[in-house]
Amino acid sequence: MAELISKLTLYMSYPFVWYAVIVGVLIALCSSLLGVTLVLKRFSFIGDGLSHVAFGAMAIAAVLNLSNNIFFVLAVTVICAILLLRTGRNTKIKGDASIAMISVGALAVGYLLMNIFSTSSNLSGDVCSTLFGSTSILTLTGVEVWVCAVLSILVVAVFIIFYNKIFAVTFDESFAEAVGTHTGFYNLLIAIIIAFIIVIAMNLVGSLLISALVIFPALSAMRVFKSFKSVTICSACIAVFCSLFGIIISIMFSAPVGATIVAVDIFMFFVFMVLGKFCGKA
Amino acid sequence: MPQLSCKKLCLGYDGREIVHNLNFSVEKGDYLIIIGENGSGKTTLMKTILGLQPPVRGKVETDDKLKKNGIGYLPQQNMVQRDFPASVWEIVLSGCQNKKSFHPFYSKKDKELAEENIKKLGLTDMKKRCYRELSGGQQQRVLLARALCAASDILLLDEPVTGLDPKVTEELYSIIDELNKKYGITIIMISHDVNAAVKYSDKILYIGDETFFGTKQEYIESDISSAFKKEEKNG
Ligand SMILES: Nc1ncnc2c1ncn2[C@@H]1O[C@H](COP(=O)(O)OP(=O)(O)OP(=O)(O)O)[C@@H](O)[C@H]1O
Ligand SMILES: [Mg+2]
Repeated sequence: MAELISKLTLYMSYPFVWYAVIVGVLIALCSSLLGVTLVLKRFSFIGDGLSHVAFGAMAIAAVLNLSNNIFFVLAVTVICAILLLRTGRNTKIKGDASIAMISVGALAVGYLLMNIFSTSSNLSGDVCSTLFGSTSILTLTGVEVWVCAVLSILVVAVFIIFYNKIFAVTFDESFAEAVGTHTGFYNLLIAIIIAFIIVIAMNLVGSLLISALVIFPALSAMRVFKSFKSVTICSACIAVFCSLFGIIISIMFSAPVGATIVAVDIFMFFVFMVLGKFCGKA
Repeated sequence: MPQLSCKKLCLGYDGREIVHNLNFSVEKGDYLIIIGENGSGKTTLMKTILGLQPPVRGKVETDDKLKKNGIGYLPQQNMVQRDFPASVWEIVLSGCQNKKSFHPFYSKKDKELAEENIKKLGLTDMKKRCYRELSGGQQQRVLLARALCAASDILLLDEPVTGLDPKVTEELYSIIDELNKKYGITIIMISHDVNAAVKYSDKILYIGDETFFGTKQEYIESDISSAFKKEEKNG
């Protein structure tokens, strides 16, 4: 135990470790904000589909040897978010099918591309880290850290500015439309924010685990809290706590950071489930 | 020019017509009640007026002054997801979202308006409660308070008294009447309560195999009123 603590204090004496921790917390924070909207607006399948698209885009970027692949991935994911929203609106069933097609297709093509063109000696390691996140948050490069930080702050700011509209559109779209809110625009905005979140979070937890980062804090908070505001604030707090705790554990035990954070999130979910039962009875 | 008028309006879904050639108009300050059997297309008409459903043919014409900023709407069923975490206060306040320009946060005036409508509908004690844990009638009142927050020109109500107890129903009718008479807000209400329709409204629109539009007096004297009454009794 003493050994672990001394290892932790040693790590914490380096500033780049601090940056990594701060970025990790920011990413988790902005992912959690749209959780309620995503869970309740049947947008979660779009989120899932987009994370696979982001994986495919990442593979293409790797093959093309793009230096700043995050912007490429962001562009592709945002475009797909817009397309998916369009098809989803036209006809319900076709929309679902097209999402499944795009997401599975992107996954397959991405893997194929990586397999054929990759120059890396450690292919399965590369694939694994795009799917499940970097093995350690400390491997993030300086640029990635800054881009993630700026994008996360942007997402949080946009969320706060449009908070009331997002509530209105999520709670009752037809009322919002009837009284003159441009629901189409706000749906698009939500989809774009989701795309941003996915791309940002991909560095931390990888494309397969993003949904967990988005959904778990919101689901936990919804067990105990009853208003939109309190659920949002609570899920943000849960996300910050879980990511901080997860990152520290992963540094101490050299565990993969994404999976560790998600594991802590799952643990928190059960804690809140018990709390919710307890509160409901009292 | 009337506030809202429909000429040869055909309603339906996916090109399939449900209501044919509807003609009526509403002046500012009117109190119109729409009646008709289940499935005759009343809700569809309301959605078309609100622009939520495109008409099959024809057009809903509105006065230039009536932009969407002044419309309040109470939907028939709340299609809100069952698990949504939202407090009564948050929902009522969301009725204040119709603004000419974009404001990220609700103003003090919005909050006062929401407070006032909460009081009007007797929801003060439930302000902090979770919407999904309320009874059906209480939920209806919350949505009505929200609609009142939005309505500065015109209020569209789809069966507002369904599920309310007699006392609240009476209060609701008098609130709506007051809005109409005192503040000059146009009311368009769908109702199965024909007696109330006759008591409060100025104009009546009947939708069915045959449509009827006219003043209350014309309706009482028409054949449709007696035929519809008989049907109601039998059914
Ligand atoms: N989304 C929809 N798609 C296709 N058809 C629909 C849709 N909604 C309603 N309909 C059909 O349109 C007709 C009119 O429905 P509408 O809801 O307008 O009736 P209503 O007059 O409001 O009835 P009620 O008194 O029961 O509220 C019905 O026959 C119904 O089956
Ligand atoms: Mg109806």
